[in-house]
Amino acid sequence: MSPSPTQVPLRDPDAPRRATWALVAVVVLWPLLLVAEFRPADLFDARNLKVMSDFLGQFLPPNLSGEFLGLALKATVETLAMATAGTALAMLLAAPLGLALSHSLSISRIGPGPGRGVGEALRALARLVLLVLRGIPEIVWALLLVRAFGLGPAAGVLAIAVTYGGMLGKVYSEILESGDTRPARVLLESGSGRLMAFFYGLLPGSAQELASYTVYRWECAVRASVIMGFVGAGGLGQLMDQSMKMLNGGEVSTILIIFLLLVLLADAISSAVRKTLA
Amino acid sequence: MSSATLSERRAALGFCVYCWGTIAGLIAVVWASFAYLSLDFSRLFTLESGHYMFEFVARFFPPDLSAGFLQRIAKGTLETLAISAVGTLVAALAGLVLALPASGRLGPGLKALTRVFLNALRSVPELVWAALMVLAAGLGPFAGTLALALHTSGVLGRLFAESLENAPPEPARSLLDSGAAPSLAFVYATLPLITPQLIAYSLYRWEMNIRMATVLGFVGAGGLGQMLYYELSLLHEPQACTVIAAMLALVVVVDAVSAWVRRCQMRVGG
Repeated sequence: MSPSPTQVPLRDPDAPRRATWALVAVVVLWPLLLVAEFRPADLFDARNLKVMSDFLGQFLPPNLSGEFLGLALKATVETLAMATAGTALAMLLAAPLGLALSHSLSISRIGPGPGRGVGEALRALARLVLLVLRGIPEIVWALLLVRAFGLGPAAGVLAIAVTYGGMLGKVYSEILESGDTRPARVLLESGSGRLMAFFYGLLPGSAQELASYTVYRWECAVRASVIMGFVGAGGLGQLMDQSMKMLNGGEVSTILIIFLLLVLLADAISSAVRKTLA
Repeated sequence: MSSATLSERRAALGFCVYCWGTIAGLIAVVWASFAYLSLDFSRLFTLESGHYMFEFVARFFPPDLSAGFLQRIAKGTLETLAISAVGTLVAALAGLVLALPASGRLGPGLKALTRVFLNALRSVPELVWAALMVLAAGLGPFAGTLALALHTSGVLGRLFAESLENAPPEPARSLLDSGAAPSLAFVYATLPLITPQLIAYSLYRWEMNIRMATVLGFVGAGGLGQMLYYELSLLHEPQACTVIAAMLALVVVVDAVSAWVRRCQMRVGG
């Protein structure tokens, strides 16, 4: 005789486990909330509310005066130019480092050659350099370079070049190792030089992947160069920073709209170029 | 010789007008960019500027490693981690709530509306949100937390909605057919199926947010970034050097841990 459904108490079979996890979560979360000064009530502080509502109130209508649009257009072109120049320099930096890092062009790896130790030491050094270049966020580089080169796009271009050089170098070496490395190896074994082995053995197989990753990074650089303006490195970000400091909501909303359009445009260009390369 | 063989020979030689056109175009664009910004980096390689750069870099060394300052660094690092963790958690909860309408469970009208909302949240970068939140909540880590939460809600909401759409409907169907309430069917049949995926997405975003949280302080939103900005504006280069080293260490450790976790997952999964 099975009991009728009404007699079985509805009970969550997993209840103790769930309760334990909930308890652990609360115990871990509480100090984190304290450290992060998580006080939602601040949002409804009368003074903050007034600043924010005044500011947001100006968002509509966006500032579409010819003068400001001209300024914004110039900043947009500057942003695109920064991203392009920065990515080009990053490529120049990354190509030799990526080549040096890649194991598929190592001659000493083929046989127990004499230069193995030196080669590995150089590779470790190159890897460390790339780690430092890409490990420090681009906006930190920009902040430092603004101090060295003054306000303006030069610092932004170099910051992109340094950070993205580090990223591209690592990915280039990985791409060169992950593809078909047998042609290069055959060339090396039959006595060709490293560069020739690269151009005739590795590049034909991996050129498309290398190029498409670089274009993808350009797209990221467009986004990054907008952000870097906040520390004074030129472009749309610098304009937005100025408008925000003056609490000019109309200008900020115009720049936000332009920024969104710019990201869409970069996205479209990047995927079109990548499709062409494919 | 017919044209067909000519084009065949061209193909064999790998000659493609379109590709070379693209490459030439790219070179022209790069050249135009340098020209527009009137960048002249040749000055960078003169002896004088080399000397200047060396002096600039030398001011950062040796880094300040005094116990008092290291303690402040530890506090800043903890604050950065807390900002990223709380921000990601709030975003995961908000993302889940927004994912319900965005997955089309509450009708097509709400679906389209929520998607637009999620896109708007997502397409404003974290740093811009942070600058806005500093106005709304005052200086400090809370502004950074809110900024990360807003941007990440947009990202996670969309990812969660896709998970919900792709979840197999049969378990929920069978609970509903046997008389369970829709909310219970969701909690006991749909949610457990996608939980691992939701956690994986959230952890991945947390990793990115730790990196982001180190720099949000530049606009006054707390953590290591605020320390760096502060020390640099007081021209305390040795202290700034320590902060940068801490940022680098944080990024490297997070990278290593996430690579390790992923390796473990791969070993378990296959």
